[in-house]
Amino acid sequence: MTRHQKEIIIKNVFFILSLVSILVLGLIVVFLFREGLPVFREVSLRDFIFGMEWYPTYSPPSYGIWPLIVGSLIVTIFSSLIAVPLGVLSAVYISEIAPPAIKEILKSIIELLAGLPSVVLGFFGMVIVAPWLQETFDLPTGLNIINASVILAVMAVPTISSISEDALYAVPNEFKEASYALGATKFETIARIIVPAALSGISTAVILGMARAIGETMVVLMVAGGAAAIPESIFDSVRPMPASIAAEMGEAPFRSGHYHALFATGIVLFLMTLAFNLVADYISQKFKEVGSATL
Amino acid sequence: MTRQTVSGAMKRRYLKQHLFFGAVRLSAIILTLALGGILFYILVNGIQVISWEFLTSPPTDSMTKGGIMPAILGTLYLTLGAITVALPLGVVAAIYLTEYAKQGKIVRAIRVGVNCLAGVPSVVFGLFGLGFFVVFLKFGSSILAGALTLGIVILPTIIGASEEALKGVPQTFREASLALGVSKWLTIWKIVLPNALPGILTGSILGIGRAAGETAPIMFTAAAFFTAKLPGSIFDEVMALPYHVYVLATAGTHIEQTRPIQYGTVLVLVALVLGIDLIAIVIRSYMRRNKRW
Amino acid sequence: MENNHLDTEIIKTKDVNFYYGAFKALTDITMNFEKRKVTALIGPSGCGKSTLLRLLNRMNDLIAGARVEGEVLFEGMNIYDPEVDPVEVRRRIGMVFQKPNPFPKSIFNNITYGPRLTGTANKSDLEALAEQSLKQAVLWDEVKDILGRSAMTLSGGQQQRLCIARALAMKPDILLMDEPTSALDPISTAKIEELIDELKKSYTIIIVTHNMQQAARISDKTGFFYIGKLIEYNATEKIFTNPDVKQTEDYITGRFG
Repeated sequence: MTRHQKEIIIKNVFFILSLVSILVLGLIVVFLFREGLPVFREVSLRDFIFGMEWYPTYSPPSYGIWPLIVGSLIVTIFSSLIAVPLGVLSAVYISEIAPPAIKEILKSIIELLAGLPSVVLGFFGMVIVAPWLQETFDLPTGLNIINASVILAVMAVPTISSISEDALYAVPNEFKEASYALGATKFETIARIIVPAALSGISTAVILGMARAIGETMVVLMVAGGAAAIPESIFDSVRPMPASIAAEMGEAPFRSGHYHALFATGIVLFLMTLAFNLVADYISQKFKEVGSATL
Repeated sequence: MTRQTVSGAMKRRYLKQHLFFGAVRLSAIILTLALGGILFYILVNGIQVISWEFLTSPPTDSMTKGGIMPAILGTLYLTLGAITVALPLGVVAAIYLTEYAKQGKIVRAIRVGVNCLAGVPSVVFGLFGLGFFVVFLKFGSSILAGALTLGIVILPTIIGASEEALKGVPQTFREASLALGVSKWLTIWKIVLPNALPGILTGSILGIGRAAGETAPIMFTAAAFFTAKLPGSIFDEVMALPYHVYVLATAGTHIEQTRPIQYGTVLVLVALVLGIDLIAIVIRSYMRRNKRW
Repeated sequence: MENNHLDTEIIKTKDVNFYYGAFKALTDITMNFEKRKVTALIGPSGCGKSTLLRLLNRMNDLIAGARVEGEVLFEGMNIYDPEVDPVEVRRRIGMVFQKPNPFPKSIFNNITYGPRLTGTANKSDLEALAEQSLKQAVLWDEVKDILGRSAMTLSGGQQQRLCIARALAMKPDILLMDEPTSALDPISTAKIEELIDELKKSYTIIIVTHNMQQAARISDKTGFFYIGKLIEYNATEKIFTNPDVKQTEDYITGRFG
């Protein structure tokens, strides 16, 4: 074998192995559908998505996941309301304002927050936040939307903060100089020049943070309360999709309607997060190609 | 210019700045307190039950007493298995993407694939592991199925970190080697990889930390509620720290009574995961300070 | 000329030393800049000429570890006095940079960025100001119909004139220019030089340039810097024909630098 042939072989082997990610993504789709589609023998797609009743163990069972979808969306929205300002502001602090020493410490703090296992955060929400909420607001349960949203926000902040920080950091220094030279204060430079120039990166960060929240499992499993009904207040319990899957899969008989319904819920969840990720990817890609000139 | 006191308009501009800086600092303080508060509660409540015995003995009396040794061991097995799967695959993919691939549709597709894989919810990984490894490949709920699933979960992390590390190796190093007539592969093997190693190492350690803390991917693929005996082969189920926390906190027979054990298990898990992360952070900052180029 | 110094000088440095951390970038600079004149600062790269320029509107404040000793008197007032607000200084002393740096906003919003900060909100005022500044910068005819378009779509030379117009919209007393044509082609450079000649009727201009022909063409006075020191400061004609210092002559004649 000549050296040239060897080089070509190495290159091709590496190419094939680098396709594993795509392959796995494909397999995920295949196996989710393989195990999930059979539920549609029992329920129509429309009734599955928009059905108001999730009673998978009744006879006859009803497989309507609308309350689960609503539960997912609600905790995602509320956690974003908390996580987006915290994440973006902390990113601004780190990239533009903090002295170098504090900057390093804060970056480590955010990295450690990102590293906290979700089950630990769920446990914290259950054992510390829930009783406190229950007592303070005199509620029947502290396991509810607001609790789950706060804990999910803790999980989403590191994603939002670190990606936003990268985007802010990438804003060319020339813009900042031009702004200061025109007699702008630091705040004005941040608010009118730096943040707008980093906006697409920040949007990507927010979307990925939301994707993180919508797909997060252990937190919603442990602290959202588990009620599969449309909530009426932020102190109500909900059962987001990941929670439903994680909680029920252990009890669903193998390849029963319930089992298939949970896989089908997984399909919905997967497609939602995939959409979030593709949008984020599209925004960041567009930004990369045209630069900041389009703002 | 006269020595003027700051004008009213200027005062308003600085007031806005003041308020904004206040908000920004507050956000930093909130995050610090969040991390500090969580760690503090866990440490204070968990430290009391930590003992040599707790770490080295199995649970007894329907998991209301005893230790967590099988769970520690199980997490170790799963994590080592995951990194064994993900590290070679991840590094090879990163080498292909940075060293070989020409920018084009296929590379773009691979990148989108990696990004999307990174965004797949952990419970969906669990479903996939169940459908593919456990059912289709007939591995059953086992260390093998769990480790493979976790390996996939951390694959994007490893690829991302390795790519960063490889990109950080100056182009001149490659050119110098290639100009001496060294083949591309040997250049990568002898020059590029050794210089990227610390970065790849950091990424892998972070991946290990992630794998050790994940619960949902192993719920249906590997984790046992309770096993009396330690696993004998990779086709056995194991206990794992994160799942043990979940089980004790939600499904145990005496949830309130076992709180101390729960705190202890959480503390061990957090110490393990954050300890691993800290090692990576320290290596990285050491690397940055001692960068030779 | 020595006699009516007080009337003609607008900004001067007194025994200024400047440090980047432990590195001393400028040593004992004492220099007067005259009103409505073009002063050129020349010297080899790293000689401190840009540092001095950025010291005059406190842009160096933005660099961590930078430190100034001595005084910079602007209309008799030390701009490094703790009571002086650097934002106010920069409003009165405009700056144009080496690389054109328009904001990624529309042409109109680029011009009106500064005035809006200081409270000009009235649309017709802003429009009038934009027109006036763009005319001063000889850009109006080229952009009057595309004011809403992104400034990034302009050519390099147009972008630089836009940056000049943007600085003029603040109605500054002094215009600092840091190698404003080094990133431009010869035709754009000629346009900017013409513009500078026109602007000196109403503005004081201090320009850093690495191009000695440019300094000779456009400036009234020239300061030659070498390793952080002001070697010679004289009328441009004298510097380029009969400099007092040997080092200046060596540099001008291309023996080093």
